This record gives sequence, structure tokens and C-alpha cells, in this order.
Amino acid sequence: MSGGAARVAEVFREEAGRVTAALVRRFGDFNLAEDCVQDALVAALETWPRDGVPERPAAWLTTVATRRALNRLDRDRRHREKLALVAAAPADGEHDDRLRLILACCHPALSRDAQVGLTLRAVAGFTNAEIARAFVVPEATIAQRLVRAKRKIAGAGIPYRIPSEVELEGRLTVVLDVLYLVFNEGHLATRGEESAHRDLAEEAAWLAALVLRLLPNEPEPMGLLALMKLHLARGPTRFDAGGRMVLLGDQERARWDRALIDQAIGLVERAARQARPGPYQLEAAIAACHAEAPSLDRTDWPQIVVLYDMLLALAPSPVVRCNRAIAAWRVHGPELALRDLDALAGELDGYHLFHAARGEILQDLGRREQARAAQLRAFDLTRNPAERALLQRRVFAEE
Amino acid sequence: MKYVFLFCGSAADQAAFDALTPDELGERYARVMRWFTEHGDRLGARNQLQGPETATTVSFQDGVPLVKDGLFLEGKELVGGYTEVVVADLDEALAMAKSWPGGGWIEIRPVVERP
Repeated sequence: MSGGAARVAEVFREEAGRVTAALVRRFGDFNLAEDCVQDALVAALETWPRDGVPERPAAWLTTVATRRALNRLDRDRRHREKLALVAAAPADGEHDDRLRLILACCHPALSRDAQVGLTLRAVAGFTNAEIARAFVVPEATIAQRLVRAKRKIAGAGIPYRIPSEVELEGRLTVVLDVLYLVFNEGHLATRGEESAHRDLAEEAAWLAALVLRLLPNEPEPMGLLALMKLHLARGPTRFDAGGRMVLLGDQERARWDRALIDQAIGLVERAARQARPGPYQLEAAIAACHAEAPSLDRTDWPQIVVLYDMLLALAPSPVVRCNRAIAAWRVHGPELALRDLDALAGELDGYHLFHAARGEILQDLGRREQARAAQLRAFDLTRNPAERALLQRRVFAEE
Repeated sequence: MKYVFLFCGSAADQAAFDALTPDELGERYARVMRWFTEHGDRLGARNQLQGPETATTVSFQDGVPLVKDGLFLEGKELVGGYTEVVVADLDEALAMAKSWPGGGWIEIRPVVERP
């Protein structure tokens, strides 16, 4: 990414959410504010790379977006009265309204696609074109999705406010799920061509850090941010020089980013002191066990099994049971692990990692024919090109 | 904002409802009536509907009305009743809907408001 473009992206994510929140406050209309900030971002992308980033970029974006909004209201006779109110409104204070903005974008009455798109646009300052590129979807599809979402916000009466304390926990879970989805979309992508665009994993980690700043005493955002940092710490070792995927056991642990790992462990410990465990905290604690281990064999597997059991108690799912079985393989041996996995066959028959793990465990038991069949099934089910290549090597290396 | 809550259920929900003993039925009605009383100041016109076996559908084929016995789409989902709800926003409507004791599911539809 060129210095100029990187600087523009950085300004967008630092300022877009603030500017949008300020405009919602001023105009009392989420959709209007969001649209006009998007227009301002597009205008900035046209002029900044040519003329340079202005000295006070936030003020620039606010001015352009506000002018847009006033023009629109002026054109729309029905809003004349509102215009009079807005003109009389006092200047904005400095307080950070972005929590409301994030909660509105991730309202549970919106589809997941809409939540993701709105959050990236309104909070992180993505343009439709950038979202389209990141998710490999035509720009027109993204635009259409967002138009539909905003029609729903206005039509269904989705409010723009902080929910009551009782509701907040559930609403926060939706926000964190949206951010983790964005993170994974970036993190699981093939590294093939080094992207010149905004990196979704980095952006999602930035958003998680923002949520934590806005809600500094909530342990689950600490857990999510720690989990993301732990994934990022291993990022460069997940692919070899030839762009091939490298599994955990074969990664060069010396190249893991110790500083990130230490930050993550600090977050996990800080969250644990709250004694309010949650799924992201437990996922982070599991990832931390891996990050601290000198090798796959010298990993604290019994502790990982305990953490998976806690996770299952809070958020039972077949995928978590599958992961627990894989960890239990290292503690209790392959026979028990295979039995645990086979109990999940009905629910996870379409999940490639289930078959991949089963293949490895069967191989460990010396049941080579069955192992190969499982690996082939995993290969058939895998869509991600890097994972496909890895499984292909596994299937054919054994011949 | 004005919404209509459509109280829905599946054929299985309906069967389970039909199988309630008189005591259970009384208890269910009492809880539902409590919900209506509790939220009374935010409710408008409302009605429980008779069962799907009493439904008649009028459809139009090339503009010609066609009358048939039963629901337009048989068997998938049944609307058992409806109520108007007047609240500030969707979050208030959601909070009310989440406390509904009658089972099945609720579709929340904002109504078209004309000036």
C-alpha cells in the first residue's frame, strides 16, 4: 500500500465513525448522516490522493458531509422544519458517540450482511467499493444490500440509542460476532497476492480495540481483542515462502510476534479478574495456551481440554465438541478421540475440518485406508484454495 | 411508531395447543391475558382468529375471483391472532414480543402511516 493511500485509510478509520456519530447527533437521522459521510469519503478519495490529506481531515469530512446533508434537506420540502431545528442546534461537544453508532449498525433486526456492511462503512470508513473488494462481491450487490438495510432501519423504527443494561450484553454479543466474522474473512483469506487494500483482519482488530475503549469494563471485548491478537501474532508463519498453508504443528514458533502475544495474555488475565467468563475469553485462553507452548507436543493439552469443557458449558456447539475431541486426542489417545468424533458424524458430515481431523486420528491408529477416505472427503468439502492445496498434499503424499 | 404483531405458529404448535387439558388451557389463557393487561396501554385493535379449518381464500386468476376452502398456503404457518402495538421504536416492540407467553412466534410488522 502506498504511503498516501495508507494514510487516507488510517484517517478514514480514525475519523469516519466520529464524523458519522456527530452528524447523527446534529441531524437526528442515522440514514442521512451515514449516506452523507459516505459521499464525503468518496469525495476525499477523489481529491486527497491528488492534493494531499488536508491538515484537519476530520473537519474537512465533517464540512463536506454536513453541506451534503443540508443540501438534501433543503431539496426535500418535508424536511424544511427539521432544517430550522438543525440550524439552531448548538455546536458539537467532544464526546465519543461511536458506541451508539456501532450498536445501531449491529442491531439484531438487521441481516448479518447488513450489519457487516454498515459497521465497515459507518464506523471504519470503508467505501462500498472497498467492502466489495474485501468480500469479493460486486459493488452493486453491496450498494443494494445497504440500501435495503437502511430502508429497514427507517421503516421498522430501529432506534439509535444505547440499550438498557439488561439488553446490552446480548447486543454486545452481536457486535463482537460481527467483528469476528470480519476478522476471519481477512484472516482466512489466501495470502497469494499481497493485498494493496485495507486488511480486514487489521481493521476488525482496530474495531475490537475501539469497542473495548468505549466499554472498558466488559470482559468479552477483551477476550475478542486478545483472540485476534493471538491469531495476528501467528499470521506470518501460517504460509510458507511459496504461499502454501502451514499447520500449527509445523509453524516456526520463533517467528511468532511475542509482543502481540504478551498483550493478548495481558488482556486474557485482565478479563479473567472480572470473573465473568464468556466464549471469546475462553477461545482466547485456548489460543494463549498454544501461543505459549514451545511445540505442539509440549502444549498444555489437559488445560485446553478443561477450557473446551467450560466453553461447551457456556456455548455448546458441534464444532466446539469437535475441537475438544482433537485436543483430547493428545491427552487420552486416539481411540477415545475417534469415538468422540464419530458421535458427531451426523451433525458435522458437511464440515471439512471434521473429516480432516478424523483422517489424522485414523492415521495415528494405523487405519490408512479409512484415513485416506476421510482426507479425500475433507478435500472435497473444502472451498478455501490454501486449505485445498494443503489437503491435496496430505492425500497424495501418503501414496 | 405503530406496529402489528402477528401471532403465528406451526401446524405442530396448533396440534400441541389443541391437545392441552382444560387446566393447562386455562393456565395458558391466564398468562396470555396477563400479558395483554400488562401492555394494555400500548395496544390497539386486536383479535384472536378462529382456526385455519374455518378459513376461506379468495384469489384472483386473470382478474377473476376464485373462492376456495382453507388457507392460501396450506400447512406452513398459521396466524392465530394479531394486535396493534404503539411504541417509540423497534427496541420497545422487541422487548414486548420477547415477553410473549403464548408460544409459536411473532412477526412484527411496522404499518404504513399516512400523513
